[in-house]
Amino acid sequence: MNSDITPSNCEDCPAHHLANLKKLGVEMGKYDYVIALAGNPNTGKSTVFNQLTGLRQHTGNWPGKTVARAEGGFSYQETHYKVVDLPGTYSLLSTSTDEEIARDFILFGQPDVTVVVVDASRLERNLNLVFQVLEITDRALLCLNLMDEAKRHNLTVDHRRLARDLGIPVVPTIARQGEGIPLLTKMITEIAAGQLSVYPKRIQSEPPTLKRAIHLLVKKLETVFPGLPNARWVALRLLEGDRKIEEEVRSGRLGNLMTGSLSTEGEITRKVIR
Amino acid sequence: MKIQDSRNEILKEASALRWELGSNLHDLLTEALYTDAARLAERAVTSDSHNKNFDLDRTIDRVVTSRWLGFPVMMILMTIVFWVTISGANVPSSLLSKLLIDSVYPLLKEVSNQIGLVWWLDGLVIDGIYLAMAWVISVMLPPMAIFFPLFTLLEDFGYLPRVAFNLDQWFKKTGAHGKQALTMAMGYGCNAAGVVATRIIDSPRERLIAIITNNFSLCNGRWPTQILIATIFIGNLVPSIFAGLVSAMAVIGIVIFGVACTFLVSWGLSRTLLKGEASIFSLELPPYRPPRVLQTIYTSLIDRTLIVLWRAVIFAIPAGATIWLISNISFGDFSLAEHAIRGLNPFGILVGLNGVILLAYIIAIPANEIVIPTVLMLTVLSIGLSDVGHGAGVMFELDSVSATASVLKSGGWTLLTGLNLMIFSLLHNPCSTALYTIWKETKSVKWTAISAFLPIVMGFLVCFFITKFFFWSGAV
Repeated sequence: MNSDITPSNCEDCPAHHLANLKKLGVEMGKYDYVIALAGNPNTGKSTVFNQLTGLRQHTGNWPGKTVARAEGGFSYQETHYKVVDLPGTYSLLSTSTDEEIARDFILFGQPDVTVVVVDASRLERNLNLVFQVLEITDRALLCLNLMDEAKRHNLTVDHRRLARDLGIPVVPTIARQGEGIPLLTKMITEIAAGQLSVYPKRIQSEPPTLKRAIHLLVKKLETVFPGLPNARWVALRLLEGDRKIEEEVRSGRLGNLMTGSLSTEGEITRKVIR
Repeated sequence: MKIQDSRNEILKEASALRWELGSNLHDLLTEALYTDAARLAERAVTSDSHNKNFDLDRTIDRVVTSRWLGFPVMMILMTIVFWVTISGANVPSSLLSKLLIDSVYPLLKEVSNQIGLVWWLDGLVIDGIYLAMAWVISVMLPPMAIFFPLFTLLEDFGYLPRVAFNLDQWFKKTGAHGKQALTMAMGYGCNAAGVVATRIIDSPRERLIAIITNNFSLCNGRWPTQILIATIFIGNLVPSIFAGLVSAMAVIGIVIFGVACTFLVSWGLSRTLLKGEASIFSLELPPYRPPRVLQTIYTSLIDRTLIVLWRAVIFAIPAGATIWLISNISFGDFSLAEHAIRGLNPFGILVGLNGVILLAYIIAIPANEIVIPTVLMLTVLSIGLSDVGHGAGVMFELDSVSATASVLKSGGWTLLTGLNLMIFSLLHNPCSTALYTIWKETKSVKWTAISAFLPIVMGFLVCFFITKFFFWSGAV
């Protein structure tokens, strides 16, 4: 942008001033907030990650490129943010190691903000994961990436309506070109600092009997594990008979959710392959 | 105790409610999820379908994943990549070796002479360690700097999932996972990376198959061996205009043989040790994206080329030292290296290789990259050529391919030895880094051992039968 043009609103926005924004790469000592990047495979999470942190992580156009967590950071107005790029997943039901890494991080890592990166040209399928993430955490926002591809396919996405329907902020981006990243950064920092409260909408189409069952279990869970942030999600997994979550309840490890103890990748792998 | 009770209480309640809700809970939930997703997506997205453009993605897909053209297109792309790598790497390779070996090496020698370095330290550090590093850099850097960006461009473009799509039916027939095609492709860069990439495979059984067979993807440490030996022994069979192309085809032949081994071993494993059916999975064919050329070159140079090169250099240091030591420590009339070569020779000859190659592969366990320099050095040592090389245990780069060829030929090498070396370079144990990664990913000594020994046994068997066939047909 030319400097001799009268400053627009855009330039008044704090996110515009690069002086405030420092891309820290991997060099970050202590951090104030943890940001997780989740999303379906191949929606450009790693590209968003690189844009946020200034890192140049290898990106590739195929699903499953990121199999471990990549970490980096940025600092904005003297606050340090750690960004964790999670493997791409279609669900959080943890059937494979990469899915388990993603799920365990959102669940046990307790990120301050979870950014769900979705492919704007394949919104319907991507929303499945969005709903599942919103079951686990309230502090989420949607990065509507690949807007250029949606346009190429003659699709128009009404991001305002989507934001209203989901109850979370929606930021349209073209991460490869860096478009929308300043706004995304600003939104992340606002949610992290609690300046922006998010009230995500839950799934509505579930039958009444299920609603009642969830309600009963949630009450029980909340008495035994006071302060459990995602009792509803745990209740659903228990109703589905998820062995792993049952074990977490039996051993009481679920209580660690509040303290944020993280199982390491090695442990996870060991569990998967004996 | 009381807390434990209340926890069990929750589980009991959950299972009671589960019975109440019936067995289709999962379906109900999924349905609710899909209904909501569809409703929201419909409200937010408007499609301008009147204006139907020519869909480029579909058109490309129709060609590259077609039943008839899919495989030929794969072959052509592969040939182009290898041919560009082979022919493009020659010039920078010889420039680097001129610089590092013809200019810097004598300089270092002179400096060490002037400061009066003890002979064994001079030998160990300059003749052993420095030359090993210099060789690895000059031989590996140029092909990697060409191969990796080319490969990454294809990856960035979105071609890899199409390869997986094409190969899926084959993998399914062998009882393996279709995504194994992707981990296999990663293995062409580095087997350790390929093994880590198998995390995308859901089922432990299929993941193990992918881990064990990843070694059948030639890694970048083995490309130089393949390329050099193909040029010397196979490219020379045809007129020189075709030599480059024929050498590239020979290397591709080995690649295809490796893919065949992958299928064969996958098939064998899923019928014996790792019984089971192939599981169903969904693989997205992502849209083609125009590759960002400069960024791709930058990341592939930083992320792949330099990291792999650094690793090779690190491993070349102890290997260079070992070679120098075993060639200079004598036991009786011969050096340790000569004893080992004599000991390994009978078995080596039996499988159409020789003692030198076997010893080189033992020394090169940490890194495949140093096989060829080790082979050359040991050959010179064992036949006592005095007019080439620099002396016992000194790794060197011969100035031209034909000089290398004459050393190998005077060491008794034939077309059979060359062919078998190419086969053995494909079928032998993974390098120590890959093995360590396998152990880290599986946490199992048993599977690590199987990954190490299965390919060696296969390599010996294949080489043995090729040798028998050569003798039987009178070619030797």
